[in-house]
Amino acid sequence: MPLLEISDLTVDFKTGGGQFRAVDGVSLTVDRGEILAIVGESGSGKSVAMLAVMGLLPWTATVTARTLAFDGRDLLTLTPRERRRLVGKDMAMIFQEPMSSLNPCFTVGYQIGESLKVHLGLSKSERRQRSIELLDAVGIPDPERRLSAFPHQLSGGMSQRVMIAIALACRPKLIIADEPTTALDVTIQAQILELLVSLQRETDTGLVLITHDMGVVAETAERVSVHYAGQKIEEQPVAPLFEDPHHPYTAALLAALPERATGKRLPSIPGVVPGQFDRPPACLFEPRCRFATERCRTKAPPRQGAIAGFALCHYPLTHGRPIGHPHPEGREVAA
Amino acid sequence: MPADRMPAERTAAAMVEPKAPPGPFAAFFRDFSENRAALVGLILLGLLVFVAIFADFLAPYSPIEQFREFTRIPPAWVEGGNRAFLLGTDEIGRDMLSRLIFGARLSLFIGLSVVVASMAVGIVLGLVAAFAPGWPSIVIMRAMDVILSVPSLLLAIVIVAIIGPSLTNTIVAITVVYLPYYVRLVRASAMQEKTRDYVTAARVGGAGTLRIMFKTVLPNCMAPIIVQAALTISNAILEAAALGFLGLGAQPPSPEWGAMLASAREFLQSAPWIVTEPGLAILITVLAINLVGDGLRDALDPKMRRS
Repeated sequence: MPLLEISDLTVDFKTGGGQFRAVDGVSLTVDRGEILAIVGESGSGKSVAMLAVMGLLPWTATVTARTLAFDGRDLLTLTPRERRRLVGKDMAMIFQEPMSSLNPCFTVGYQIGESLKVHLGLSKSERRQRSIELLDAVGIPDPERRLSAFPHQLSGGMSQRVMIAIALACRPKLIIADEPTTALDVTIQAQILELLVSLQRETDTGLVLITHDMGVVAETAERVSVHYAGQKIEEQPVAPLFEDPHHPYTAALLAALPERATGKRLPSIPGVVPGQFDRPPACLFEPRCRFATERCRTKAPPRQGAIAGFALCHYPLTHGRPIGHPHPEGREVAA
Repeated sequence: MPADRMPAERTAAAMVEPKAPPGPFAAFFRDFSENRAALVGLILLGLLVFVAIFADFLAPYSPIEQFREFTRIPPAWVEGGNRAFLLGTDEIGRDMLSRLIFGARLSLFIGLSVVVASMAVGIVLGLVAAFAPGWPSIVIMRAMDVILSVPSLLLAIVIVAIIGPSLTNTIVAITVVYLPYYVRLVRASAMQEKTRDYVTAARVGGAGTLRIMFKTVLPNCMAPIIVQAALTISNAILEAAALGFLGLGAQPPSPEWGAMLASAREFLQSAPWIVTEPGLAILITVLAINLVGDGLRDALDPKMRRS
């Protein structure tokens, strides 16, 4: 049984212009000790899907799913009280902006101790002991002194380490990291990722890494789920994904990596993610896709099998060639 | 050249000595006392508080004791003054100094209790309005709009007229008048803080709504609330004096400054000190509190802080 099982998750937001579907029929599973990366550009519903799992969406959102289960418990029917007991203890989350994720009014030690007190019921000296252990584990020098530091006295990298320490405080089974390195500079990014992965290995937790940095994905993830406009469009283990992307969007994303560029100019994907009012009728990627045909404009694409990376496409690619496309000649992806 | 080397050695020794960083209170006081006017205000206010607390020992007479043979005696330094009554006596022979000293107690008590009451109620209502979407928020905020749309003194008069004139009712009325400012302030800053990541992080940690309201968000909204409180005290004192002047506040024998002004109105020509002295007392008190409030705002506002 997987640790986290999501099937057919849909999130709708009530907005001024009517219902807006931010997440559309997403299915995912995460096992114990596994690292799943969710990639996609801004607005593709990656964060919203994970916020829905944690129950952190505002009241304007409607969440529906066939199954939304964590460790054998149905998250949809949980009462708020039960959810609070579960979230934070067995499921933890790390945010994008470390500088604003810590409460500026309280010391680091107090904030780490809070969840230890509530979820594990440790005494004051035990909490202090465990907080020092945690700060030590995330690589903060002189942890005893840092306990009485306020968030504004820490740098971004230090704050993110503290956030990781808080996330790990109750030995969770699943950590969701929402772009944990976006706000940090490159050298710190590598350190934080390394730290996350090594701690994840040690404690055998599941890790969901939300990111739009393909470099981060290649370095850390085991399995990758590519999202576009609220839909999961492809899912593959990391090596085959980089080798042979099956969805044209994934192929275009990978082709846009500077490391893979061959010509003078970096290839890019024209256009933007469709919003509330310019949603294409059938395939959501069709307006930006170089393989789009009349069929893509009229008929919603089917979900392909495991061999084609569960791609959501009429003409999944194999080694850059669209299968079943009426005019496959000369349409190889630049990469 | 030993004389020349001495100072150099001394500074070197001073630099070696580890300098502890200033504690939060010391740092606050350093920022605060940078504003000279605020420091003067603080000293004046300290003096007033001292006088109010030890009124029983400082006042030469009881505030309601009447010396019938000494009515309308001018202050001691004016011709015809009496050394026994430093600031003179009023129309029925009560010692002005004693009355002013006991009046300070009343005025500060009114100011403080109004601020505490409207702050406490305002914080609760404001947080509820910020955290409960839909009708609770609408009901609270529209009610506050209604209160704000009536001129404040008029509203206080109406409330006192309904529940009857007395000191306690004055406090209740002024509390209601000042409530909307707190509710709006708290709601605005809570709404702003609520969207920050650390609040979501607290929810991830399993915190309930009440805990997030009072423990996570409220401490981060306190700075503007404290400043508002400091600035409201003086307004509350003024408003209480105005109500007293209109005969709707503290009732006659009690030495409330506004009531003193009102009862001495007719002697403005013949015995001006009876009117001037309580007026000056109000002026000094309000000025001192406003100066302290300004200094407080400057010291608490992180944007105006140096380092």
